[in-house]
Amino acid sequence: MAALAITDTTDGRLVLALSGRLDATTIRGVWGESRRAIAAAPNQRVVVDAANVDYCDGAGIALLVDLLQQRKAGDVQVANLKPAFETLLQQFDPQALDRDLDPPAPRRPAVEEIGVITAGMGEDLRQQIVFIGETAAALVYALLHPATIRWKDVWRICERVGADALPIVALISFLLGVILAFQSAIPMRKFGAEIFVADLIGLAMLRELAPLMTAILLAGRSGAAFAAEIGTMTVNQEVDALTTMGLDPVRFLVTPRIIAALLMTPLLTLFADLISLLGGALTLQSFSIPFVTFVHEVEGIVDFSDFMAGFVKSFVFAILIAGIGCLRGLQTTAGASAVGDAATRAVVSGIILLVVVDGVFAVLYFVLDI
Amino acid sequence: MATSATDEKPIIRVRGLTAGYGDVVLLDNVSFDVRRGEVFVILGGSGSGKSTLLKHMIGLLEPQSGSVAIDGDDIIAAEGDARRAILRKIGVMYQSGALFGSSTLAENVRLPLEEYTDLASDEIELIARMKLSLVGLAMFTGHLPAEISGGMQKRAAIARAMALDPMILFLDEPSAGLDPITSAELDALIKRLARNLDVTFVIVTHELPSIFSIADRVIMLDRRKKGIVAEGDPRRLREESTDPWVRQFFNREAEPAAA
Repeated sequence: MAALAITDTTDGRLVLALSGRLDATTIRGVWGESRRAIAAAPNQRVVVDAANVDYCDGAGIALLVDLLQQRKAGDVQVANLKPAFETLLQQFDPQALDRDLDPPAPRRPAVEEIGVITAGMGEDLRQQIVFIGETAAALVYALLHPATIRWKDVWRICERVGADALPIVALISFLLGVILAFQSAIPMRKFGAEIFVADLIGLAMLRELAPLMTAILLAGRSGAAFAAEIGTMTVNQEVDALTTMGLDPVRFLVTPRIIAALLMTPLLTLFADLISLLGGALTLQSFSIPFVTFVHEVEGIVDFSDFMAGFVKSFVFAILIAGIGCLRGLQTTAGASAVGDAATRAVVSGIILLVVVDGVFAVLYFVLDI
Repeated sequence: MATSATDEKPIIRVRGLTAGYGDVVLLDNVSFDVRRGEVFVILGGSGSGKSTLLKHMIGLLEPQSGSVAIDGDDIIAAEGDARRAILRKIGVMYQSGALFGSSTLAENVRLPLEEYTDLASDEIELIARMKLSLVGLAMFTGHLPAEISGGMQKRAAIARAMALDPMILFLDEPSAGLDPITSAELDALIKRLARNLDVTFVIVTHELPSIFSIADRVIMLDRRKKGIVAEGDPRRLREESTDPWVRQFFNREAEPAAA
C-alpha cells in the first residue's frame, strides 16, 4: 500500500513523504491528499520525499508529475527517488504535459457552419450524379457486352436478394392484405358495402402497396447488406486493390448487384401482389364473401394497366435500392463505425428516395391517365 | 525491484503445448519458459506458428493439449474473476493496432484505467496523456485512429497496452511499418521499461536490428519441425549455431533452390 506523511520543516518547506508501493490500484488516496496539502499551503515550497517508495510504475510517475505541475517550475521538488524510477520520471516534462497539445478544433460561427453543411450536401449531390452517370455507362456497356458481366456473382446475389427474401416478403404482404381488408371491412359493413373492399385491396395493393412495401423491405435487407459489404471492402482497401489492378469497381461490384436487384425485385413484387390478395380474400371470407366473388370483383375493377403501373415501378425501385446501397458502400471512410454509418445511410436515403419516386409516379400516372 | 534475478520461477511457463487449426498441427509439444524482466523474442518464418503461439500465451485460443501459466496461474483453465486477474497482468499490442475506431486515442488508453482502477477522471486523463507522450503521440490525444497513420496507430496501441503498467507486454510485430527512427525509439522504450520497471516483454518480430538490440533471449520456430529449433541469446546463435536454417535466418540468406 501507499502512504503519505505531511510535515513542515524549520526553514518553512512543506515535506510530503510518500512511501510504499505506488501503482494504479494503491495511489487513489494519497493522490488527492497530496494535492490538497499543496493547495492548502500556497506560499510554501514543497518537497516530495520519495525515499521510502519501494515500487513506482507509470501511474505512480503520473502522480509525481501531477504534483510537479501543481506549482510553477521549481517550486515543487521530488527528492530521493530511486534511480530506476528517476529515469522513468525524467522522460516527462511536467510543464510541457500541462499544455494541451491537441486542443479541440475551435467551433465555427453559425453562418460558416451552415455554409459547410450546404457545401457538404452539394458535394453529396455531385457524387450521386457522378455515380448515376458511371453506373448508367456501366449498365449500358454490360447490356451491349453481356459476356463481360460477372454472372457467377449475379446469381449468388440473386439468391440472397430474391430467394432468401421470399419468407419475409410473403409474411409482410399477407399481413398487409389481412389488415387492410379487416380495417376497411368493418366501417364498410355499416353501409352493406363489404364487397367493395375487394376493389380497394386489388387497386391499392397492385398499384401502390405491394411494390412499395417490397421495395422498402429490400432497402432494409439488401440495400444495407450491399452498403456494409462494399463498405468493409473499402475499409480493407479491397476496392483500392481493384482500382490499382485497372479494374473498375463499378463494373465489378455495382453492376452485378444492380442486375440481380433488377431481376429479383419485380419477381418479389409479383409474389407480394398475389399473397396480399390472398390475405384479403381470406379475411373477407369471415365477412361472408366467398372466394369466387372476391376474384370476380377484383377482375372487374383491376385491369392490366393497373397491374403494370405497379410492376413498372418495381424496376425503378430495384435500381434505386441497389444503387444507393452500393454508393453508400463506396463512400465509406474508415473504421468500423463508418461501415455502420454506410448501412444506416443506405437504408435511410433508400427509403426516402423510394417514397419520393413513388410520389412522382403517382403524379405521372395521373397526368397520363393510367 | 528493478533488477531481475534469472534463477527465480519463470513468469510464463509453457508446457507440452500442442496447437493447430482443425487437423493441422502447427506446434507439437512445445515447452519453454520466459523469465521475469527479460525481453523474449519469438522468431520464425511465415507460417511457423508465431502468432498462433502468441494467441495461446494470452489465452485467446485453447490448445489441443498442454498448459500456459502466467505468473504461476494457468490462463487456459482460469475462468471469471481469476481470469480477469491474470489478464490484468498482461498487455497486448495486436499487429494491426486494434484500436477502437469510434474513440479518440486518449479514450482508447483511458478505457482499461476506467474499468480496472478507481482513480479520478483527471488523474486518468494525465496517465493517458503520459502514456501517449511516451510513444510520441502527445500531439494526437484527441484524434481518432482513422485520422492518424498506420505507424502511429501501432504506437497508440502500445500506449493502450501499457495503460495499466502490466507485468508482461505482448507485442505482435511492433516495429513493422515504422520508420527506422521511430523503430529505434521504440526499442529504447522497451529496454527502459524492461530495465527500470521489471516489465517482461514477449515480442514477435522479424526486424533483425531490433532483435539484436533488445532481445535477451529468442526462440525460433520452424514449420517443418512444428516446434522450437533454436533457443538462446540471438548474438550467440548468429555466431555459434550449427543449424543451417538458423544461420540463414540471422544472416538474411535466401533458401537454396534445392531445399
